[in-house]
Amino acid sequence: MRVNGAERSGDVEPRVLLVDFLRTNLALTGTHVGCDTTSCGACTVLLDGEPVKSCTLLAVQVDGREIKTVEGLANGAALAPIQVGFHEEHGLQCGFCTPGMMLVASALLERNPNPTDDEIRWAISGNICRCTGYMNIVKAVQYAAKMHSEAAKAPAAAAVAGGGE
Amino acid sequence: MSSTMHMHGGIGESIKRKEDARFLRGKGNYLDDFVLPNMLHMAILRSPHAHARIKSIDTKAASAQPGVIAVVTGELMAQHKLAWMPTLSGDTQAVLATDKVRFQGQEVAAVIAETKYQAEDARDAIEVEYEILAPVTSPDGAKAPGASLIRDDKEGQKDNHIYHWESGDQVTTQAAFAKAHKVVRLHTFYPRCHPSPLETCGCIADVNGVTGKATIYMTSQAPHAIRTVFALVTGLPEQQIRIISPDIGGGFGNKVPVYPGYVVATAASLLIGRPVKWVEDRTENLISTGFARDYHMTGDLAVDENGKMTALRVHLDSDNGAFFADAQPSKFKAGLFHIVTGSYDIPTAHVTADGYYTNKAPGGVAFRCSFRVTEASYLIERLVTNAALELGIDQAEFRKKNFIQPEQFPYTSATGWIYDSGDYPKAMDVALDQLGYAELKKDVEARRKKGEVTGIGIASFTEVVGAGHGAEFDILGLRMFDSAELRVHPTGKALLRMGVKSQGQGHETTFAQIVAEELGIPAQDVLVEEGDTDTAPYGLGTYASRSTPVAGAATAMVSRQLREKARKLAAHLLEADEEDLVWERGKFYVKGSPERSKTIQEAAFAAYTNLPEGMQAGLEGVHYYDPPNMTYPFGTYAVVVDIDKGTGQVKVKRMVAVDDCGVRINPMIVEGQIQGGLTEGFGIAFMELITFDADGNCIGSNFMDYLLPTAWETPKFEIGQTVTPSPHHPLGAKGVGESATVGSPAAFVNAVIDALSPYGITNIDMPVTSDKVWAALRSKGVTE
Repeated sequence: MRVNGAERSGDVEPRVLLVDFLRTNLALTGTHVGCDTTSCGACTVLLDGEPVKSCTLLAVQVDGREIKTVEGLANGAALAPIQVGFHEEHGLQCGFCTPGMMLVASALLERNPNPTDDEIRWAISGNICRCTGYMNIVKAVQYAAKMHSEAAKAPAAAAVAGGGE
Repeated sequence: MSSTMHMHGGIGESIKRKEDARFLRGKGNYLDDFVLPNMLHMAILRSPHAHARIKSIDTKAASAQPGVIAVVTGELMAQHKLAWMPTLSGDTQAVLATDKVRFQGQEVAAVIAETKYQAEDARDAIEVEYEILAPVTSPDGAKAPGASLIRDDKEGQKDNHIYHWESGDQVTTQAAFAKAHKVVRLHTFYPRCHPSPLETCGCIADVNGVTGKATIYMTSQAPHAIRTVFALVTGLPEQQIRIISPDIGGGFGNKVPVYPGYVVATAASLLIGRPVKWVEDRTENLISTGFARDYHMTGDLAVDENGKMTALRVHLDSDNGAFFADAQPSKFKAGLFHIVTGSYDIPTAHVTADGYYTNKAPGGVAFRCSFRVTEASYLIERLVTNAALELGIDQAEFRKKNFIQPEQFPYTSATGWIYDSGDYPKAMDVALDQLGYAELKKDVEARRKKGEVTGIGIASFTEVVGAGHGAEFDILGLRMFDSAELRVHPTGKALLRMGVKSQGQGHETTFAQIVAEELGIPAQDVLVEEGDTDTAPYGLGTYASRSTPVAGAATAMVSRQLREKARKLAAHLLEADEEDLVWERGKFYVKGSPERSKTIQEAAFAAYTNLPEGMQAGLEGVHYYDPPNMTYPFGTYAVVVDIDKGTGQVKVKRMVAVDDCGVRINPMIVEGQIQGGLTEGFGIAFMELITFDADGNCIGSNFMDYLLPTAWETPKFEIGQTVTPSPHHPLGAKGVGESATVGSPAAFVNAVIDALSPYGITNIDMPVTSDKVWAALRSKGVTE
């Protein structure tokens, strides 16, 4: 499979869950396990650009396909707009749900660059946050949407805003 | 990366969080992310029955499975005197069952194997023969004649009663009730719920066979206290135990206790000589670790002919589960429940509490609350609204008439609490203004005339947080102080180590800001470390909103201590008298000559390079802060609901939350805490429930049954504030992490009850689900 743009392979038992393959075999520990029942979304990754819950997919099911995890969001030192949004709007506290939330939100912004608050709430409703509540997460996604639209207008300026430590 | 990096980051500045950088990149260090060389994995076999005698355990087939290193039973633990352990409430709890299982999900055996999958496979091959016994699933069941004796392991235990506890004055309270114009009663059950942090509990035990040093990575909110408990349980010398709490994915009280899995994993590592990892799955977390509430409460409020409250009488039965394992100060069997007079000037009160064993999971942790203050706040606020409705007085007016007034502080309550400060009428006025209460009341009247079901709920809570002081508050004898150790390096950068432990609250930012304010070193230059007992100073940990009240105070005090040494250094550098120096955040200057100044960084450099005669080198210190009193945050929450008569569905239309937590160190973080707490309060009020069937099966054992609020159900909250500083805290701060979870459930339910009051409905216990509302309306003959 391709994970965050790189070709990755491994021999696994047929029963190995995708989340375990990512965490154990590939040491991509940013994908978390919160519930084991597809309810909480902490294990969300993007499969060919669509959010899926990696705790209820087998690793072999994604053979040959494209996976993106939280580790693939930033471009080197430059954070992606969704990451900047979560930071600026205090959209995280303990950080455990954050990778899944950001991936779901970035998939939403891919297909709907200017979502309403309700569209954001619906899109992230398969992901549970226990610390932050959802007000700031919605604001964080709006912040990223605004960064995207500004980047579309003035690519150079937005790249500076989104990047660098 | 942050838009606020250039800011100094003193008190009151909403700088962005330092800890975000790693979490945003998926580079947090949570327990399950650690992989140690040669690490083994543990899986626990749990009881499927609520109450049963163990007749036999056959581990042969399990031991023969691939990858299995050991199968551990209670019998093996007993050989090492580790089959039982002490609880935080002075009781005992089975580590692995030897005689009976006493709740569904109790730990029976453990498998240690090369991989997690192998450990779980082998666990399923263990054969246990049980003789099923009658379960007890409620305090009433525990009291019933002929009820099974749950704790037959305890010498002298003849029934299922654990404790009787009282507070207040029975005689004066009885006398006041005898003279009462009106007595309003509310019987309500605050059901069992669960903190459910998104990360479950777990540990990695790594006992070094050569040195004997036990390093235990653990999802612990209180690593230092856990180290001491471990020393007492295992008999290992305390200097040979190192607890490391890494990044924690939420705690909310669930990660305070010691769980059997920690003890088994440590024993297994000791015996096998390899690291052992144990991480719960979600079901294990929900059915076996620290639950919250489960209080059956009856409150009577006496009121005189002028609408003044004259006395409060409360009885509660506490359902403690199979072992009395409440995590709370040892002197108070029902926690801080006796704050139950709340925000009201009630002359006399009497509180009685009885605890009972049942065949349910033990725990009784303070779920985002200060030791049972949530139950207390819920009862009084529900009772006050019911009284107002019954007396025909406006809920807000009735509260205002009975509030403790600003000039009465410090105020001694009928149950002996000394409230430090407050301005309750002001918080209420701000909330009602923000809500537009007067207009809304008219709107409610008009819509009710049209047959609509709508209502407004108010709760004006007072919390008590920030334990100690140590003379009154201890856990297993450990006084509830907390600590901060501050080292300023030669270049003026600093390392702050704390005895508390963040689970998402943002300590790395907030505590750096206290140093920034008090010692003048920018927050960006202060590294905050917590959670490693080999490096951090001893502290009691993070729960009960105590980090800012106690450890925050310690940080201020140690910063001031270093500032005084820096003053001497600056005087030396400026060749001035230290009395002539003026402190302005970040530098000292000579009175009258502001151009003659030395920065804190210059003073720090001098501490290592250019000292006055006789002064010790270095600029570092430690402060252990034992607070003189608790702090008393408060607020008024107001909720507007519409109810669909056809379905019973409750829609929260508005929610205004005005909090007063004293001085706010980082307002952004404070508001984040309130937003999160309101969401949890909403969940408790309307969704979350751990319950049991007649056989003691846990209903609510996964996130498909134990419902947490998502972005879709959660209302949009409107936040407001007032600021009444704590007079005894060095910064005037009070603590805020839990106010919203404490105060909001009553506000939500009061709104529902207000809406249903025209139909004669006076109570619905949480969670207020559509079916309960529908049934209540139907019981009063209301249809479409």
